[in-house]
Amino acid sequence: MEIILSGILIFMILGAIYAIHARDLLSALISCGIVGYGLVICFLLLKAPDLAIVQIVVETITLIIMVSVVLVSTRFELDKEPGFKHKSRLNHQLLGHILIAVFIGIVLLYSFRLAIMHLDSFGDHTLRMSEAYLEGAAEKTGSANLVTGVLFDFRGYDTFGEATILFTAVVGILTILRIKGRK
Amino acid sequence: MKGMSIIVKKVTQLVSGLMFLYGIYIITHGHLTPGGGFAGGAILAGSFILLVLAFGSDLLKLKKREEGSSVVESLAIFAFLILGVMALFIGTHVFFKNYLPAGTVGNLISAGVIPLYNIFVGIEVGAALFTIFLALAIFKEEVLE
Repeated sequence: MEIILSGILIFMILGAIYAIHARDLLSALISCGIVGYGLVICFLLLKAPDLAIVQIVVETITLIIMVSVVLVSTRFELDKEPGFKHKSRLNHQLLGHILIAVFIGIVLLYSFRLAIMHLDSFGDHTLRMSEAYLEGAAEKTGSANLVTGVLFDFRGYDTFGEATILFTAVVGILTILRIKGRK
Repeated sequence: MKGMSIIVKKVTQLVSGLMFLYGIYIITHGHLTPGGGFAGGAILAGSFILLVLAFGSDLLKLKKREEGSSVVESLAIFAFLILGVMALFIGTHVFFKNYLPAGTVGNLISAGVIPLYNIFVGIEVGAALFTIFLALAIFKEEVLE
């Protein structure tokens, strides 16, 4: 399963890189969607259907809102000719940058490999708190879905904070966007 | 915001009610199956956003205000807070304590206060996302005028 996951992750990274370099805003948005929907498949493969449902709905809504904003705005990038020049001469500064990037990459790969070698195998939990949550959570909270039991019973205060964050975001957006209120 | 073509309108009439029912199902079965308040609320907001996108913002008698959904959102988070505070006065004095009887695991009416929390969080999330969308749409109309 790690092979499939890393394939999807590479696909998501390619989509993100294309979104930066795309000359059209609409195609950049659609390649942003690759990242979100790839994440949905990752959540499903890692057996987290709760997160997958939230991610697929939120991704669709944000894409719809952003596409409707882009379609109304004036798109200057369609009028321009692709006229930038490629500088192909390899000067000393560029060579220095490439050397620094390769050096940092090698150091990061070595340290990641050191860190991963000392981890447990995939899926083992070592935290004592999670074992206390998993043992008899259905009898303690009465909810058959363990995720909801943790969210609304063990961590009810956290969930209240998340809902308050959404409330604050709405208040901020209404304050900034309304023109009538400013007059 | 103007509406779209008649094909989009007909498909929206067929689909949006089903989406609304599915959101309610996800919210009310949040303690039994995957999902819950956040996911169901986002689906509810999605059905309303679909309606507004297809039929234009003249639907629902919007008339350039979003106070309705904003008030619903504020009331929902207030009810959520009241449910949490009520645990301080009932039984053991612990904030966010599950004070209703738990019932048998797997029934629809079980798990104490958790379904009520789910319902209020669902209303809050749906109204919040719809309010953000309405604010963007109304702001666009005010600028274009």
